[in-house]
Amino acid sequence: MTNAHLKMDGLAKSYGSFIAVEEFSLDIAQGEFIAIMGPSGCGKTTTLRMLAGLETADRGQITLAGNRIDQLPVWERETPMVWQSLALFPFMTVRENVEFGLKMRGISGPERKRRVDDWLERLGISTYAERNVARLSGGQRQRVALARSLVLKPKVLLLDEPLSALDAHMAIKMQGELKTLQRELGITFVYVTHSHSEAFSLADRVVIMDGGRVEQIGSPQDIFLRPRSKFVAQFVGGISLLEGKVRGKEDGNRFLETRDGKVRLANCTGLSQGETVDLAIRADRISVTVNPGWGENEIACTLISEEFAGAVVNLHLETTSGHSLVAQVQQRELDQLDASTGARVYASWHPDDGFVLEEARQTRGAPKVRAA
Amino acid sequence: MPPHLKHFLPKAFWIAGLALVFLLLYAPILSAVLFSFSADRFPSLDMSGFSTQWYAQVLTDRAMLEALGNSLTVAAITALIATALGFAAAYADYRFRFFGQKAVLALALLPPTVPLVILGLAMLAFFSRIGIAGTLMAVVAAHVVIAAPFAMAICRLRLAQLDETLETAAQNLGAQPHSALARIVLPHTLPAILAAFLITFAVSFDEYVIAWFTGGLNETIPVAVLTTLQGQVDPTIHVIGTMSFSVTLTLVLIALAVVLSQSGGAMSKEET
Repeated sequence: MTNAHLKMDGLAKSYGSFIAVEEFSLDIAQGEFIAIMGPSGCGKTTTLRMLAGLETADRGQITLAGNRIDQLPVWERETPMVWQSLALFPFMTVRENVEFGLKMRGISGPERKRRVDDWLERLGISTYAERNVARLSGGQRQRVALARSLVLKPKVLLLDEPLSALDAHMAIKMQGELKTLQRELGITFVYVTHSHSEAFSLADRVVIMDGGRVEQIGSPQDIFLRPRSKFVAQFVGGISLLEGKVRGKEDGNRFLETRDGKVRLANCTGLSQGETVDLAIRADRISVTVNPGWGENEIACTLISEEFAGAVVNLHLETTSGHSLVAQVQQRELDQLDASTGARVYASWHPDDGFVLEEARQTRGAPKVRAA
Repeated sequence: MPPHLKHFLPKAFWIAGLALVFLLLYAPILSAVLFSFSADRFPSLDMSGFSTQWYAQVLTDRAMLEALGNSLTVAAITALIATALGFAAAYADYRFRFFGQKAVLALALLPPTVPLVILGLAMLAFFSRIGIAGTLMAVVAAHVVIAAPFAMAICRLRLAQLDETLETAAQNLGAQPHSALARIVLPHTLPAILAAFLITFAVSFDEYVIAWFTGGLNETIPVAVLTTLQGQVDPTIHVIGTMSFSVTLTLVLIALAVVLSQSGGAMSKEET
C-alpha cells in the first residue's frame, strides 16, 4: 500500500533494558478498522501511545494523511483517544467534557455549540448534557468519551480497551454501536484490546503482538483459520498442535511422523524431507470416535475432560505420548459417542484440515534475523 | 481499640479519658478567653464583673495595632509565596519521575523539623550579611521557609487523588500543557490550595521565634505580646491571646472544612 492513510514504519520503544516494542510497521487504509491484540505487556498499548505522542518512539516514523506526525507534541497530533479509564473530566458536565477539545482548538461559541449538540444527539446523550459526568451510567460515560473525541472530526480515532470498564452485556451492545459508527463515519479506528471477541468481530484487520513483536497481521478469518505461529495458534485458542518430522515423497504423498504415529499431510508445498514442523488442526475439524478405523489420520487418545460450552462441547484429549488435543463436538454427537472420562478414544481429521505453521519452520530452518 | 482491651475497660472510660485530654489542652486557652472579659486588673477566679474595657484598650493601643498590621502583612505575603511554592513542588513530584526524586522530596519537607532557634539564628546571620535583617521582608522570607512544606504536604494529598490520565487526556484533545494545568489540575487542587493558604497564613501569624530573631524593630503580634509580658502582667494580653487564637482557629477550621467537604466528592478520582 503506497498511499496509506496512516503509516507506521519501524516504530521501536525500550525502557532501559526492557523492549516494549521491538519493531512495528503497518500501513492502514482510510476508514480501516484495525485491532491490535495480545496479552498484557505485549506492546500493544505502547504502540498506541506512540501514535498519540504519549511516548516518543526510539526509532521509526509515523505519517498521517501524508504528514509526518511523530515529531509533533501530543496536543498538535489530532489523534484523539478513548481511554481505558475513559478519563472524563470529573468536575465538568457532559457538555463541558465534549466541547473541551473544540475550545482548545479555538472554535467559536455558536459553531462549537452546534457541533456539540450534534454529537450529543447522535450518541443519544442530549438529555444528560448539563449533568455532571460522575452521575452517569457506564454506557452513558462511554458515549461521552466517544463524543468528546469524535466531535473533533479526527482523521483517526485511537481506542485503548475502551469497553473493559463495562459489564459484559453493555460491552456487546457498545461493540455493535462502535462498528456501525465507524462504518458511517469512515474514520480510521485503531483499537487496542486483549479480547478476541472484540477484535475479531470489529476489525477489518487484526494485529497480534507478543513480547514487543508483531506475530501476525491479517483479517480475522485469516488469523482464525490460518494462524502463522505457535503463539497465535495458542492465543486464538481451539487449535491443537502436533510436532513431527516430514517424511515421504515430494509429489504429494507426504506424511508427518509424530510421536503418536504417522499422519498424512495435504497442501505441503515447500516442505523438505526431515524438516521438523508443527501441524495445526482446528478443534471443530477433529472427530472423536470410540472405535478405530473411521478416518484417515487417526490418533489414539485418552478422554481427559469434557468442557460444556453451550451448543458445543470441548473434549480435552491426551495422546499416548502425553500430547494434548482439543476436539469440539456437537452435544448430540457426544451423546452418541458414549465414552466416559478416562476412556480410550480415537481422534481423526481430514488431511486438508491440518496445516503446517509457517513460523516454526522459519525459526527452525535458520536463526531468524530481525531487521534492526 | 485493640481487641484484647475491648471488654477489659468500659467505653465510658475511653470517652472520659479523651475528654480529660481535651480539657488539659484547652483549659489554659479558655482561661485566657475568660479573663479577657474580666473587670479586674489581675486574673483571679472570683471576678468582680464583666467588662470589655481591655478590648477597648487594645484596639486603641497604637503599638499593638501596628504589630497586628505587621503580622497580617507578613502572614498574607508568606501565605501567597509559600502556597505557590508548595503547589509547584507538589505538582513536580506528582507529574514527573526524575533521578533523586525522593531526596528532593525529603529536603523540601525538612525545614519544619529544624529547631526554630537554630533556624532563626542562621536566618539572622544570613539576612544581616545580605542587608535585609530587621525588615518585614526578612520575616516573610524566613516564614516562607517553614510554611512552604505545609502547603506542599496539603497539595500532595489532593493531587494524589487526581487520575494521572486526566491531564494527558486534556493534552490529547489539543490542550497545551499550560492550559491542561489551568483547566484540569488547578480546578481539582483548588480546595487544597485554599486550605494551604489558610494554614500557612496561620503558621506565619502565630510564629514567634523566627519573627523575634529576624524582625528587629518590626514586631509582629506574638513578639509584641512577649515584649509586653516581660515588663508587666497586663490584662490586655488575654485579649490579644483570645483574638489571635480566634483568628488561627477560624483559619484552621475553614481549611479543614474545605478539605473535608471536597474529599470523596465528585472531584475525586474516578472509580472506573
